[in-house]
Amino acid sequence: MISFFIYKAILVVGIFAITLFVAAYSTYAERKVAAFLQDRVGPDRAGPFGMFQPLADGLKFMMKEEIIPDFANKFLFILGPSIAMMTALMAGVVIPWGNSLVIDGKQYFLQIADLNVGILYVFAVVSIGVYGIMIGGWASNNKFSLLGAIRASAQMISYEIAMGLSIIALIITTGTLSLREISLLQTGGVGGHWNFWNVVYQPVGFIIFLICAFAETNRTPFDLPECETELVGGYHTEYSSMKLALYLFAEYINMFISSAVISTLYFGGFNFPFMNDLGLDQNTITILGTLFFFAKITFFIFFFMWIRWTIPRFRYDQLMNLGWKALIPLAVINIFITGLVIIIKTHYLN
Amino acid sequence: MQALTNRSKVVVKKQMNFWERIYLPAILGGIVITIKHLFRKSSTVKYPETKREISQIWRGQHVLKRDEHGAERCTACGLCAVACPAEAITMVAAERVKGEEKLYREEKYASTYEINMLRCIFCGLCEEACPKEAIFLTDRILPTDYGRGEFVFGKDKLVEPVDERVDVTVRQTAAVLEFKKHKQYSHNK
Repeated sequence: MISFFIYKAILVVGIFAITLFVAAYSTYAERKVAAFLQDRVGPDRAGPFGMFQPLADGLKFMMKEEIIPDFANKFLFILGPSIAMMTALMAGVVIPWGNSLVIDGKQYFLQIADLNVGILYVFAVVSIGVYGIMIGGWASNNKFSLLGAIRASAQMISYEIAMGLSIIALIITTGTLSLREISLLQTGGVGGHWNFWNVVYQPVGFIIFLICAFAETNRTPFDLPECETELVGGYHTEYSSMKLALYLFAEYINMFISSAVISTLYFGGFNFPFMNDLGLDQNTITILGTLFFFAKITFFIFFFMWIRWTIPRFRYDQLMNLGWKALIPLAVINIFITGLVIIIKTHYLN
Repeated sequence: MQALTNRSKVVVKKQMNFWERIYLPAILGGIVITIKHLFRKSSTVKYPETKREISQIWRGQHVLKRDEHGAERCTACGLCAVACPAEAITMVAAERVKGEEKLYREEKYASTYEINMLRCIFCGLCEEACPKEAIFLTDRILPTDYGRGEFVFGKDKLVEPVDERVDVTVRQTAAVLEFKKHKQYSHNK
């Protein structure tokens, strides 16, 4: 029992640390990617290639003056970024970061909690995340913040529907809500059991999910809640110092978690091609699989940034049109076709 | 009406077709364009380490020259201040006393000589006006600072040190020297 707690504690602390590390270096990567895509160099003064830039940024945020506006509701003003950060961190609990390590004949799963409704849990937590933005924007007592918060809530609610519907089609094909089981169903291997990644079965679902993930994480082209050119800073206009940092950090953590969820659901999670045909033992496969998983996540984080510097921001009505009139019908049709194919497969082809 | 140039385009309000309306092909084209830039050479010049090539006759920070014996050439005639279009130069003249012959070339010298570098437009008219070959613009880039006061350069920053002469030969070519002989044409109007 004690060893169980120690193993969970190590896992929790480790994933917490990795999440923060990845989020911190995402800020650095964002600036570097932005620079490279615009033929610039990017931050390169702090350490070799500017590697210590996140540390410098963090220190700067700590040292900045903390301003809470007089007319702001102090309790809610502080609660906002706390919720944003907390929910962002909570979603990492159900993601299977790797298969299982076998040490002294005991199996240790590299997943904090294997909920049988894992993907639902992620959705629940991410939906609470919008409260952080809404409460923060409303408590600031500033019209720009309020507009940003309204946009955030409207955007997230509309895109969550399409996202959920795109997931339903995936669940029809996999038959499980547990992220670990969804990962295991995509185990790659030639010897007798060749499973494709879900993106092969659900390409339309994947595209819908990806677009909605952009909207859920408030990234360009759907960064209307922030919208520097129209709303000063959107919901975090009034925020300064570490509270602003928490909001920005939460966005990067969300991006990391979204990338992890996309990789798990559609790109095989911790599986990699030919994993069972190379004659490796279980632990090596697990470690390699975790590395592959992080490679996939890194690619998707890069993809988020890549898109950011490619596509301009949508107008608010275009955003709503796309969400309600394009993605939701498309997701419904996707569910219908998936269901039809499954029925035909199970009833007529066997 | 006849078009003045053949560059004008007739605007048509064309309905987008299906592929244009679903955005995705256009987005794919966009991300291909941006990824191409990832592999391009960056156009950044990392300033303190590498300096961009500057013109031979670059007009940068001024210098007040000394003569070959180390005496200041400036006699505080004020022609540079008159010539200055930005009114950046001020000076106070003083008379040389006995024993200062090593320090100042002529009987009159500038006890203070200040250029406000925030006003200066680096046109080089002071250099052109100077009858004593005392002020020159050099290829040195003006250092930055935090306060406005620091940009009023006094004699401590303008006069060249005796042991660290500033080379201005690029701005003292034969053509320039020839021109300076007839300088009544340029500023005695």
